[in-house]
Formats: sequence, structure tokens, C-alpha cells
Amino acid sequence: MRYEAPSTLEDAVKAAAAEPGVVRFLAGGTDLLVQLRSGMVEPDLVVDLKRIPETRRIAVEDGGFRIGAAVCGAEIGEHPALGTAWPGVVEATQLIGSTQIQGRASLGGNLCNASPAADSVPALIAAAAVAAIAGPNGRREVPVEALATGPGTTSLARDEILVSIFLPRRPTHAGDAYLRFIPRSEMDIAVVGAGVSLTLDGGICSAARIALGAVAERAILVPAAAEAIVGTAVDEAALSAAAAAASAACRPIDDKRGTKAYRTKVAGVLTRRATEIALRRARAGS
Amino acid sequence: MTSCRVSTTINGDAVEFLCAPEETLLDVLRDRLGLTGSKEGCGSGDCGACSVTLDGRLVCACLVLGAEAEGRRIETIEGMADGKGLHPLQSKFLEHAALQCGICTPGILVAAKALLERNPAPSETEVRYWLAGNLCRCTGYDKIVRAVLDAAAEMAAGTREG
Amino acid sequence: MAPVSKRPDPERRFKQVGTRPLRPDGVDKVTGRAKFGADFVLPGMLIAKVLRSPHPHARIRAIDTSTAEVLQGVKAVVTRDDFPDPMSDETMTGEGDESLRDIVRNVMAREKALYEGHAVAAVAATSAAVARRALAAIEVDYEVLPHVTDVDEAMRPEAPVLHDDMFTAGVEPKPERPSNIAKRYDITLGDVAEGFAKAEVVVEREFKTEAVHQGYIEPQACLASYGEDGQAELWCCTQGHYFVRNACAKILGMDISRLRVTASEIGGGFGGKTTVFIEPVALALSRKAGRAVKLVMGRDEVFRATGPTSSTSMRVKLGATADGRITAGQAELKYQGGAFAGSPVQWGAMSAFACYDLEHVEVVGYDVVANRPKAAAYRAPGSPMAAYAVESVVDELAAKLGMDPIELRLKNATREGTQAAYGPKFGPNGLVATLKAAREHAHYGAPLGPGQGRGVASGFWFNFGGETCVSLNANQDGTVVLSMGTPDIGGSRAAQCLIAAEELGIPYDKVRAIVADSSSLGYNDMTGGSRVAFAVGLATIQAARGLVETLCARAAGIWGIPPEAVVWEDGHAKPAGANAGAFDPLSLEDIAKVAANTGGPIAGHAEINAEGAGVSFGTHLVDVEVDKETGRVSVLRYTVIQDAGKAIHPSYVEGQYQGGAVQGIGWALNEEYVYGDDGRLQNPGFLDYRVPVASDVPMIDTVIVEVPNPGHPYGVRGVGETPIVPPLAAVANAVAKATGVRMTTLPMSPPRVWQALQAAAGVGPGSGPEG
Repeated sequence: MRYEAPSTLEDAVKAAAAEPGVVRFLAGGTDLLVQLRSGMVEPDLVVDLKRIPETRRIAVEDGGFRIGAAVCGAEIGEHPALGTAWPGVVEATQLIGSTQIQGRASLGGNLCNASPAADSVPALIAAAAVAAIAGPNGRREVPVEALATGPGTTSLARDEILVSIFLPRRPTHAGDAYLRFIPRSEMDIAVVGAGVSLTLDGGICSAARIALGAVAERAILVPAAAEAIVGTAVDEAALSAAAAAASAACRPIDDKRGTKAYRTKVAGVLTRRATEIALRRARAGS
Repeated sequence: MTSCRVSTTINGDAVEFLCAPEETLLDVLRDRLGLTGSKEGCGSGDCGACSVTLDGRLVCACLVLGAEAEGRRIETIEGMADGKGLHPLQSKFLEHAALQCGICTPGILVAAKALLERNPAPSETEVRYWLAGNLCRCTGYDKIVRAVLDAAAEMAAGTREG
Repeated sequence: MAPVSKRPDPERRFKQVGTRPLRPDGVDKVTGRAKFGADFVLPGMLIAKVLRSPHPHARIRAIDTSTAEVLQGVKAVVTRDDFPDPMSDETMTGEGDESLRDIVRNVMAREKALYEGHAVAAVAATSAAVARRALAAIEVDYEVLPHVTDVDEAMRPEAPVLHDDMFTAGVEPKPERPSNIAKRYDITLGDVAEGFAKAEVVVEREFKTEAVHQGYIEPQACLASYGEDGQAELWCCTQGHYFVRNACAKILGMDISRLRVTASEIGGGFGGKTTVFIEPVALALSRKAGRAVKLVMGRDEVFRATGPTSSTSMRVKLGATADGRITAGQAELKYQGGAFAGSPVQWGAMSAFACYDLEHVEVVGYDVVANRPKAAAYRAPGSPMAAYAVESVVDELAAKLGMDPIELRLKNATREGTQAAYGPKFGPNGLVATLKAAREHAHYGAPLGPGQGRGVASGFWFNFGGETCVSLNANQDGTVVLSMGTPDIGGSRAAQCLIAAEELGIPYDKVRAIVADSSSLGYNDMTGGSRVAFAVGLATIQAARGLVETLCARAAGIWGIPPEAVVWEDGHAKPAGANAGAFDPLSLEDIAKVAANTGGPIAGHAEINAEGAGVSFGTHLVDVEVDKETGRVSVLRYTVIQDAGKAIHPSYVEGQYQGGAVQGIGWALNEEYVYGDDGRLQNPGFLDYRVPVASDVPMIDTVIVEVPNPGHPYGVRGVGETPIVPPLAAVANAVAKATGVRMTTLPMSPPRVWQALQAAAGVGPGSGPEG
């Protein structure tokens, strides 16, 4: 295995393209190093992205935020404006692992590792985040929900790098929230994750995106759940309908973290609870 | 296999070492530099026994490659007492009997120090959530939390007088 | 000198025992200086790795190590061929008796791999990377066999049989066919048929618990150095380095005197480090390689291939009269102990009804084998599961009788003189005191909110004495060093220094303690069985009194008076009375300073097999809140009330109470071994083997009750194990109060609780009150 730490994106792309064997990009390493140790992956080349400034910045852009793919969760949590505009995304990111993991884990890693249970992903999908990708053929943009294609697989080519994630400008009365279910109070992989982002217009929900994690082979956007609350005052009936739509969209597996029936049920419970929080935030926001 | 040659700072001292690309920082600290205070409890970032700070950030050394230490600043348990005496956290841990077997203690002390540097007056809940990544199997966490809260109070009092 | 008089003196006022000084080994531990098992190095040492069976059950037809042996950097390879089969029925006594043949087979598989993770070969090489490559080059020809991991399945006649020579003992006539049932135990008192006939209310329940692991944060680790003259040194983390020495010497065919074992500091054990796993392997590799060998287990190996506790299947039946007098107790306990006989079912059977004064008891226990790692002790081995079942049924009985759960227990509690079903009559004990303290505690009367419930449960552990040697040497400056042979797993150096300081009348800081290696003292049983404060304390007291006797004799010599005319008071030798002479008192330092002139160095020592250990009872209170939509149980408040006899260092007694309670909470709520249909462990790591983290639990309040143990001069009772016994039932009882649903399967993970709530509400399959 070789290790390189280029200081420009071009050098990183070139190094990956030049390596015929297995390449892995290193941000926080909280997934990669675990996989290295267990023998799950044996890279020929590890490209450390953290010396590339673009991957380490959080910048305001067009009223929204561009977050470098290698920015760690702790830094995201410490950014005051980000937390005010996108509390759900920040919460979701900060739920990943322990304080120590937060000192390293990144949105880029969370998206590209493509665990169906990744905590930041449902919140990013609900936020309509867009990923900026760099490769040998230049740059392109991809909505984050199109990144993961299955457990551990993404739509990126082998020499493409996720450089940053863009969160759009927030309308005035908008709120987002993320909740996950885990058996303990911390440290567990999500059994179910629900990310909700909604906008109010005169007290009525004018737009919404609801995404679920850990209930399918990748995080999924659930248009039917959003439709259940758009055009309503997000009352009890709408919440129930959204919860039911969320449960109906689940296609989970039975595994040591949860059964199909349990995940399906809890997806509905968390969708309702996350929607209530997003609603509170949208009402309070300005 | 080409070794990585790394220049870094550990507990304030300039250090150089060679390591294999796949070696973790924990491997390097323990096996190449003889700094065995950081412990391997799991090797996968789930137990916190290998906690160190990297440029002031609390991390698990088992999830950092040795090569990544280049040009960075690392602090381990061995650097916590400053040569003139114990850090208040270390003293409070002894006073409160906040350790039994002691294997998790270095990681918890490093983590607690990082907490108090960011949040000098944490609540019990904040202490518990901050330390959730540090497993202890002996104490049930009670005396650990008390020791951290007591150290925070003492350090704050010291700052006020200081 | 004459053995120490056992009976505690109720008038004695302790000056140091009972205080909370800093532990003498504390600074090393908070600075990272303390050396644990994996922290040792030797020049030229090799790194060892173990090849483990991927199959839960397979005949090992052949092992081909030829390619591995010639790899560059590989210095030794060992397999079953390097470990002679002991032909005898010899047992080694660790935390219980283990068959030597089983130990050897567990350390390195012989005819069969009996569990996924079973060691099949091992390699020592110049680096970990080379060692791993060598493992990959070893070819093992397995004949895969059908496997069984569940205890009930393993007992069925059609189950795959692990050992062709296992014919259930304790059954008449002896079975004709081998099975997976190693032994049947029974404990009978009176006649339960008669007892149940008198009962007006009967509760009978079945329970299942999954296996859990001690979860010590430090994986097993050792460094072995075997010389060309057949002498060897071993550094390892262990609860009993004398056991390790004797077992390794046996296994390697060495004289005991040629093996010196040094116990490192130990990062947790809880019973899981009372046997050998990697130590004989490291020594065998070192012998073959002619170099030192370091062997450290990875976390996944710890889960797969050390000694978790038993999974169980149990049935408990209790009957009582309408006014709450329990008339009979019956239990059937089935415990699987992994691939070899030796589950702790016997202790489970003995302790099951220990909290109750019953005339009629019948407990039948089955020790079952299954394709899982060989069980090792885990804190009060066998007792937590039995207590979970019995205390749950007692709780249900209380509800049926309309009685307060503490009142029901008080009405039937074991007291001094109660006949235990397992044989002896109980001496003075603290069960009633803990129950009363629980009833009076502020916790018991505190208000509860919606979705919350409170549970009570009691528990018991026997505690042990055992072989113990200490040596107490006086230095010329009046300080004293205590050499003990039991690793310090959580504050015992502090306690022993307090005891020595108390006896000698000198300041605590003048006494230091070391854990001596296996060559420096006579045999010491392990740190376990809650025996150290009791037995090592007894030995320390005896050694100190011997030291005092010598000090007085030396003073007598200095003064020219008979030794009987000298007394020891407040750290000084004094003439016994005015008649003895007018001499100024001599301090320990005064006498030690001139020791060379009065006969030589001054020491006290003791070699005992301590008897008279006192049982320890505890009662726990817990409040939980259950999120009915997700089944998640949160622990809001917890109180441990337990009898310590006499707390030498109260902070460390509290620490035992708190630590054991939280392990019990983990066992109750989220910890379990998860096996797939393929017989492989699915969660060999701390990510999915879910021990409690700091944010999972509240402060654990403690109350130390002291009912002196008449078998110890200070009244000390061991306390380390009882704390893990009540929590399983206490939490289950709290969940029952919070939800109206009785959970009879552990752990009570959210999906299970949720499913039980659904079933109780008549929703979904299997509706009914069973959890």
C-alpha cells in the first residue's frame, strides 16, 4: 500500500488515474481504517485529501453553504451560521459516532462510504444538497441522493473525487430536522434515520422533502411522505399520513440491528417526530 | 513496501519516525515510539482507549494513519502532567477513585481534558455525551463523571483567582 | 505464629480502615506509566498471530504448515502436534475446576474445531504483517459438521453431538448414547409437591437469556521468553498468575519452578481472565523459535475465542399462601457452557433461592455443551441468570398477592440460621438489612412519571477464601513493603496497605504494596471469587501480627526484658506495664534501623488457605422509562444497597457496586451474542456488542450496609460479585411496572420490548403476555 497527500485536486485526480490497482480516498478515515484493519479492502494507493484546501473549507456561497468534503463533524458543529440555517443537517452529522469520531468523520466520507444507515445522508437528501465532483474529465454536480447506488457502492467513477457539498439558501420559514433510532443513547449505527426539511408559507407547508436511512439498500427520498404534508398545516392527520407513507416506502432487511417489522414501524414514528421538530423550527425561523 | 518518513510534534517535542503506510498512529506511538500510555481496546474506534488529540482535536489514534501525523501536533496521556505535577483532572480522578483497573483512564483523561478546554463548565449530561466514546467496564462511569465535574469546578476557580 | 483470631471485635475503632486515601498505584495509572499486558517489549521479540477455525463445528483432518514455515521472517509455527494430550483426568483449579484435557483442547484444537474462532495453529514472525501472511499460507483440511448453538436445541436427542465420549453424569442409569449434556445437578430440600399443595397462589414462568461477555477493555496479551535451558518468563495480564504458571508448566511439560510469571497491570477481567487462552501458545512458540514472542488478541478474537458466559433456558415456579408465605420453590436451569463442560449451572442452582427461607426447594441444573467458545467465569458466575428468573417470578407473585415487592421479600427473607438449599445454614448476613434500607431509601418513595416504572430485586453471592501468601518486610527507615500475589484489579493495593497500616499503627503512606511475580511467593489463588479483600486481608493481618511479634521480641532484647513484657501500641513497642520497666517507646523505624544488630532483617509472612468467607447479599432499586413507540428503555435512577461486612476502603467498595450494576444493566438491556444460522458470531466488536456508554446510565447511588462477617477479624465480606446479580431482574421488574408486560427474554432490546408490547396489545403474531 502507498500513501500520498497531494495539495491540489489536480494532483489527487492524476494520482488516482495513474494507479491501475485499488485506490481509496482518505478524509477522516473512520470508515477506511476500519476496513483496512478488517481486511475488507486492500488498497494499492491511499490518497489523503486533507491537504487540499478546497476540501477543508466551509464557505458561504449564494446565500447557501459549500462544505468541503473532508471537513470534520466537529468543525461543522462549531460553525454558527450553518447550525442556524440547517440545524437538521448539523445534528445528523454530529450524531455520527463519538466525540473522537467527530474529530475526523466527514460528509464526504459518510456519502461515499455509502452505508445505507449513514446518519448525515437522509438530512442531506432532505436538504436537497448537491455534491460537487472532480475527475479527469473536469467537474460535475450530482444531487446527493444519486450518489449511493447500494450498500458500499456509489455512482462515482474510480478516479472521481467528491470535493464539496452545497446546501442551498434557506427561505425564511423553513426548518429541517433529523432523528435516528438507536438502542443505546450513543455510539450505535442507526436502526432507522429520518431527515425532514420543510418550508411554510403563511402557515401552510409549501415544500417538503423527507428522506429515510437504514430502511433500504441506500438512503431514500420518500416523495409520498412529503406529499402528505405539502399543502397542509401539518396537522395530526397530515403527520399520520406522512408516517404511514414513510413506513410504506421501507424495504428494509432483518439484521442484528433490527427486524423488518420493527424498522418499518419506527420509520413512521421518527418521520412524525422529525416533521414536528422541523415544523417548530420553520415556525420560529426568520 | 516504501516506508513513510514523518516529522511531527508529540507532547511538545519534535519527533521523527519511519512507518509503513498502513500503520496507524496508535501502532506508531506504542510500537515505534514506546509511548504505551495510549491503549488498543478494539482497533476500530469504538472504545476510545487510544484517544489522543491531533492539532487540538480529540481523535482515536487507531483511526489515524501514522503518515498523517506529518507536520501536525499530537498530544497523548504522557504529556498531560506538565513535569511540575499532575493535571487537575488526574488529581481528581485519584481523589474520586474514578479508576479501578485503569485501562480506560488515559483515554478518558485525554477526552476530558479536550472537553474542559472547549467547555469549562459542562453539565453532567454534557460530560456523559462527550465521553460516550470512551468505554469503561469497571466503574459504571459514576465516579468518572464526578471527577470531571469537580476538576472543572477547580480549574474554573483557579482561573478566576489566577 | 498462631492463626489470627477470627471473630470481629465490635468495640474496635479503626483509625485507617474505612478511610479513603489515594491508591498507591494511582499516579502510574493516570499518567500512562502503568504497564498492562501489551505494553512489554523484549529485544528481538517476535509477533505471534493465531489461525482460527471459520467453522463452528468441523473435524480437522489435516493441517499443512509447510508453506508458512518457510516464509521469510517466520520463525516458528505450532499446531496440536506441539501440545501433548494429557492422558489423565487431572483438573486445574482456577475459578472452579477445569479439566486439563479440555484446557489443552481449547488452547489448540485437536480432533475437532468446536466453535468459530477455535485456535487451530499459531505463528511467530518478525512482524505482524509477516505473521498474517503466514496464517494465510496454512492449509487446514476441515470436514465441516452440522453445528448447534442454542442450548435447547443442543439438548435435543437429534442434535449434532460435540463429544463422542460425553455421557451425562448425574443421571441413573448412565445413558447409552453420548449427548451434549455433560452433567445433571440437583438440589433438593424437603418435598416441593407437598409445598405446592399448600400454595394458594402459584406463578410459573420460562425464561431465556443470551450469552454475554465480560467486556474487559483490555484484550488478552502476553510476552513469553523461553530459554535454551528450559527456563521461561512470561508477562501477561491475568487475574491469577500462579494459575497461569501451573497450567502452562503442565501443558508445556515444565517444572513449575522453571516458569516465572509476572502479572502486568490488568485492564479488567471480571472472571474472564482466570484461565489460559494464548499463554501456552506464546510459550510454545517461544520455545520453538528460541526468541521472545509477543501475542496480543484483537477485539474480534476476544469475542470469538475467549470465555463469554452461558446462554440459558430456565423455568421457575413459586407457590405462596395468600398472606405471602412462599411454600415451595422449583427451578430447572439449562446453561450451555460453550464447547466444553463447565458452565456455571451448579452455582446458578445453588444460588437460585438463596435469598429465601424455604422449606421445600428443588432445583435441577443441566450443564450443556454447544458450538460456542468455552465459557469462563463472569462475575458471580451462574447467579445473575438464575436470579433474573427467580426475582422476576417473586415480583409477579407480589403483584398477584397484592403485596409490596419488598414486603414479600422481607416476609420470606433468608436470615441468620436459615437453612440454605445447597447445604449450610446461613450465618449472620445483611439481606434483611438491605431490604429494609431499600424500603426506607428516598428512591423507593420518589414519584414516577408517565411511562415510568420502578423495579426491585435482591441477589446473593457465596464469596470465597482460598490459598493466599503475603510477605511484609520492614525497611530500615521504618517503611514497610507488602508483597502480595493477587493482581490488583481495582484498588486492592490500597485496601491491603490500609490493613497493614492499621495493624502496625503506622501511617498509610509508610506502607507500599507490590504484586509479586510467581517465583516470589507461595501459591496464590486468583483475584476473583470476591476473595481478595477477605483472604488477602486475612493474610495481611496475620503477616502484620507476625511482624509485630518480631518487633516486640527485638525491643525486648534491646531492653533486656522478656518478650511477653512488650506490647505494640500506635506503631510503637512499649513496656507492658510499670513493672516491665521505664523505657521510652520504640517506633518501627527505631527497631528496624538496628535490625542487623538484633538478629537481622524483620519481616512477617502468612501462607493460608482462608476459610470463613462471608456471603454478600444486595438489593437494588431502579427506575426506567419506556418509549412505547420504539421499545427503548432508559434507566433514570439506580440504587445499590449491599452488605460489605466491613468496608476497608469505601470508595472501592462503592466502585464495585456501581461497576457491577452497570454491567447488569447492559446484560439486561442490550448485550448479547448474536449467532447466524451459519453458527458464526455476527457481532464480535464493540459496535454491535453494546455495552453501556456514559450517556446510557445515571449516577449509581450506593448504600454500604455492614453486618460483620464472623469469620474475619474486621468483619470483611467480599463484595465484587454480588452487584451484578440483582440488576437483570430489577430492570425487568421495572419494565413490567412501566408497561404491564413481563419480559422473559434477555436482553430487553428495543425490538424485543416493542414486539412484546405489540403482542400484549393484541397486535401482530403471538399476542399474549409473554415477552
